[in-house]
Amino acid sequence: MLASTLGLASCGPSVLNPRGYVGAADRQILLDSLAIMLVIIVPVIIATAGVAWWFRASNTRARYMPDFVYSGSIELVVWSIPLMTILLLGGVAWVGSHELDPAAPLPSKAPPLDVQVVSLDWKWLFIYPKQDVASVNRLVIPVGTPVHFVLTSASVMNVFFVPQLGSMIYTMNRMADRLNLIADHPGTYYGESAMISGDGFATMHFDVDAVPTGQFAAWVTAAKSNGPGLNAQTYGDLAKQSMSVRPFTYRTVQPDLFLKIVTQAVPPGPGPEISQTPGDAGKALRN
Amino acid sequence: MLGKLSWSAIPFDQPIPLVAGALVLIVILAVLAWILAKGYMPYLWREWITSVDHKRIGVMYCLLALVMLIRGFIDAIMMRSQQAVAFRAPGYLPPDHFDQIFSAHGTLMIFFVAMPFVIGLMNFAMPLQLGARDVAFPTLNSVSFWLTATGALLINISLVVGEFSRTGWLAYPPLSELTYSPDVGVDYYLWSVQISGIGTLLTGVNLVTTVLKIHAPGMTYMRMPIFCWTTLASNLLIVAAFPVLTATYAMLLLDRYLGFHFFTNTAGGNMMMFMNLIWMWGHPEVYILILPAFGIYSEVVSTFSRKPLFGYRSMVMATMAICIISFMVWLHHFFTMGAGANVNAIFGIASMIIAVPTGVKIFNWLFTMYGGRVVFATPMMWAIAFMITFTIGGMTGVLLAVPPADFLVHNSLFLVAHFHNVIIGGVLFGVFAGYTYWFPKAFGFRLHEGWGRAAFWFWVIGFYVAWMPGYVLGLEGMTRRLQHYDVAAWHPWLVIAAFGTVIILLGIISQIVQLFVSIRLREELRDVTGDPWNGRSLEWSTASPPPPFNFGVLPNVEGEEPYWGIKQRAIESGELRPEPEYSEIELPRNSPTGFICAFFATFAGFGLIWHIWWLVILSCIGAFITFVIFAWRDRSEYVVPVEEVARLDRANRTARAAWLAANVQAAQ
Amino acid sequence: MSGAQAGTGISPADPYRIGHYAGFRQGTAVHAARELASKRVIVGYGFWIFLLSDIVMFSTFFASFGVLSGQTAGGPSGKDLFNLTNVAIETACLLFSSFTCGIASIGARTHDNLMYYGGMAVTFVFGASFLYFEMHEFVGLILQGAGPERSAFLSAFFTVVGCHGLHVTLGLMWLLTMVAQVFSKGYRPDILRRVLCFSLFWHTLDIIWVALFTIVYLMGAGQ
Repeated sequence: MLASTLGLASCGPSVLNPRGYVGAADRQILLDSLAIMLVIIVPVIIATAGVAWWFRASNTRARYMPDFVYSGSIELVVWSIPLMTILLLGGVAWVGSHELDPAAPLPSKAPPLDVQVVSLDWKWLFIYPKQDVASVNRLVIPVGTPVHFVLTSASVMNVFFVPQLGSMIYTMNRMADRLNLIADHPGTYYGESAMISGDGFATMHFDVDAVPTGQFAAWVTAAKSNGPGLNAQTYGDLAKQSMSVRPFTYRTVQPDLFLKIVTQAVPPGPGPEISQTPGDAGKALRN
Repeated sequence: MLGKLSWSAIPFDQPIPLVAGALVLIVILAVLAWILAKGYMPYLWREWITSVDHKRIGVMYCLLALVMLIRGFIDAIMMRSQQAVAFRAPGYLPPDHFDQIFSAHGTLMIFFVAMPFVIGLMNFAMPLQLGARDVAFPTLNSVSFWLTATGALLINISLVVGEFSRTGWLAYPPLSELTYSPDVGVDYYLWSVQISGIGTLLTGVNLVTTVLKIHAPGMTYMRMPIFCWTTLASNLLIVAAFPVLTATYAMLLLDRYLGFHFFTNTAGGNMMMFMNLIWMWGHPEVYILILPAFGIYSEVVSTFSRKPLFGYRSMVMATMAICIISFMVWLHHFFTMGAGANVNAIFGIASMIIAVPTGVKIFNWLFTMYGGRVVFATPMMWAIAFMITFTIGGMTGVLLAVPPADFLVHNSLFLVAHFHNVIIGGVLFGVFAGYTYWFPKAFGFRLHEGWGRAAFWFWVIGFYVAWMPGYVLGLEGMTRRLQHYDVAAWHPWLVIAAFGTVIILLGIISQIVQLFVSIRLREELRDVTGDPWNGRSLEWSTASPPPPFNFGVLPNVEGEEPYWGIKQRAIESGELRPEPEYSEIELPRNSPTGFICAFFATFAGFGLIWHIWWLVILSCIGAFITFVIFAWRDRSEYVVPVEEVARLDRANRTARAAWLAANVQAAQ
Repeated sequence: MSGAQAGTGISPADPYRIGHYAGFRQGTAVHAARELASKRVIVGYGFWIFLLSDIVMFSTFFASFGVLSGQTAGGPSGKDLFNLTNVAIETACLLFSSFTCGIASIGARTHDNLMYYGGMAVTFVFGASFLYFEMHEFVGLILQGAGPERSAFLSAFFTVVGCHGLHVTLGLMWLLTMVAQVFSKGYRPDILRRVLCFSLFWHTLDIIWVALFTIVYLMGAGQ
């Protein structure tokens, strides 16, 4: 199964086919832990099947030992095998948690790119504060540059997740989470929300375009030249529930908008237009 | 007058729930009509509905679980088939319906299948194993059961009247708050879980008291079968964890009904507090489910290996260790919330530590089989399949406890595959083993072995076909609860998974057929000895089905595995123990209190969901009056006359004498 | 007997080395003499476990109050709102009612009508006064715009205090039922067991109030 997974890894947004440092490091820990445990698990499975089969009632060659119910040395071994495995694995977990803390900056010479992420019902808003542009449902980042994300939610919880770049993280209203990722190879990667957020949840995926630095600058320039401006009012329109919004950009961004979202200086997303009749909310959206 | 309820609550425009609801209604009416036509109603009322006998209540719990299993499984088929066809297509279930289905599936399977099934088996077997006449509070037991049934009923009403929650089985706010879920779905969810949760809590109180205070003479703690230990641990967890659930959902209800701000976005509410609180209950909950299953495996493996359980003391220690550690690991359900490296690492390691006692248990079952004479009866096959399957599930669980690995697969189908792996491969296989194992004790005849094997193979193979692709999909980056998707790499695996669900369906059909075939062939499958499996604990020393008082005289326990000891002594001496001196036995009288309370609870719940306040007030008054009337009764017990006790116990002794004669002959 | 057991010197009746004496093989029934527990013990024990679960529920509300006590959302804090005189009177009512509840349970045990009915009556009066003062406080808060929907802090405050108040209300209903039960049935053993449970319940409410008084009111007003 593992082999077939690895074989298939190239065609989907597989976490086993990482395209950045964080994803690769996460994957390494996943595979290491798996290997450590397989050393125990595989013999146990074989032993279970083997013992059950050998000691079947019809096997006259198997020795019947009805009084073999206690053995101090075996007890010692059965407690220590899992204990030692866990000691080893606990070390992996401890070191890994610290090295791959999503909030910790990545070791890189290039200065990180700041991106503010807002999950809305049901789309993603990416604000580039330094570049003064914003993008909906499409994240463009330069290859080889660490990206420092600050994330929040306009309404309900979501999870920001780009499987091939690594660690996911929750977005929550009135809270700002931090996450650092990097793309080491150019390409288009699949991004998604990993937390049910309502009727439009399945449409909340987005493309991450990791492009060379020059191309990124060109994209910023292009974004600056057209599209609406993002301010409290246009943000209010965006925050209303809608799904399958085609990617577009904002040519300019009101400063501190993200801070205002986090501090609720602009109100949280309104949710469905109030209709107390069951089923209507869903119907209105489909129409 | 009717609050929010109006004709628009009935989904006339949605054929699927309407047809399903109509079908269920027709089946229920047909069954009711059959019962009435055959004149079974008085019997059912007298012997089952008002029964306070722990065995009857246990059986009813299991029956409720089996029926809800079918209901929850229909949801599973719909989800798997939707995901199999919804590749670059909308499929046949719109998002609001799909979301209701996965929410209902999770809620039903945990609260109304797994819980009642394990509680039913604990109720049935534990007092028999302890050599007790009943649980500590028999009428309360009936109240618990009927409140659980009320919860199940409310969920099923939501199929036709209104709609169910669309927020997943744990209703995370703020999505479950009024702002984002203004309809009654979440209210249906919350009130069913609250009402059945009270029933579960009362069961916890009842069974803890039973294990700790009610024993046959000589049944010391360290002589109790492991199943009693795991029952104790599981119910201690219920007593400690369910109040947290009740309080947390009470807060969410206050948010929704009275505009409080516990978990709202605005006015200082804190959704992270919800996640902490809900998992403070939620993690112990999985051990509430799995520990009794561990107990069943211990009984089954030892019985069918013809050996005492290996390392009894380790098993007890491991059980109690799990009981305690399970309260210290809740944060691993949200490593990806940004809690910081130290917190994540500590909770990750704490979670792994639980794997130690669990691993010990696996090894001890292995060594129980070692040197045994393993009989591959259906319960034993479930146990072996469990040991292999659960090991895999445990491994992926520990993998999820490593925070950086969890960062990649949290909330993915990998996670979903993991918990199906441990809940199907652990809890469900366990209750199926227990169901087959104790069925002859409850009804006096065995389940059909051939159909049992068919069900076993369909279930096990179906499980692997349905859920191993889940692990692959999780690693392929697929998140859970997607109504449709565009990623080509996922599609084939989802088709395989749907195919696996079909195989499981064959397993469930085999189980239904097995039940009917067994009832038809009951004379062939009759167990006259009361000890069909050559058992070791006290439940096998009484008749099948046991008399209302369980034991003619309370057994005098003189060692571990008391019934095995009694049998060995009988074989050695060639005769049964001399007939004891019988005396009359006092038993609790049946009472409709539980049923009537649940009746009022159903209306109260329905009124609360639809804001029909007069109905709520009337129902509460009704429930209070029921309790007062119950408290006013003068005779709470009836007496089984000594002749009846002697007659029933002598019949049992006759069966044992026949067994002894056969065995002594075989030994010579 | 197989060889595995031979030479260990340990009786086969104690295969797990738990320290039990050999039982059946010697034909002597040696067992820890666990008397069957009396109904009174079982009922009291079970009710204690229920009370512990109730305390767990209150702990959850306390924890949420702890988390949310600073979240006033620009509204009033405990310091602005709490009237400690009122709270002191409530505390006095409840503590005295516990004392009189104790008197009543002694009365029930000794079948002393005056002590039982008198004790229960005074307990009821004190309990009802407690509720009156609590309602008075709640209504006052709501009227000055500090109701539970004002802020998360007030939500948590009303919930934890209100949950206790709800318990007192149910306790009073129970108290009346118990008075009526003794009146119509006399001091029957099963009724006495219920009186025992009631007094356990009433004392637990006291314990919870002490925690409430300290954590919510004293610490809240002191901030």
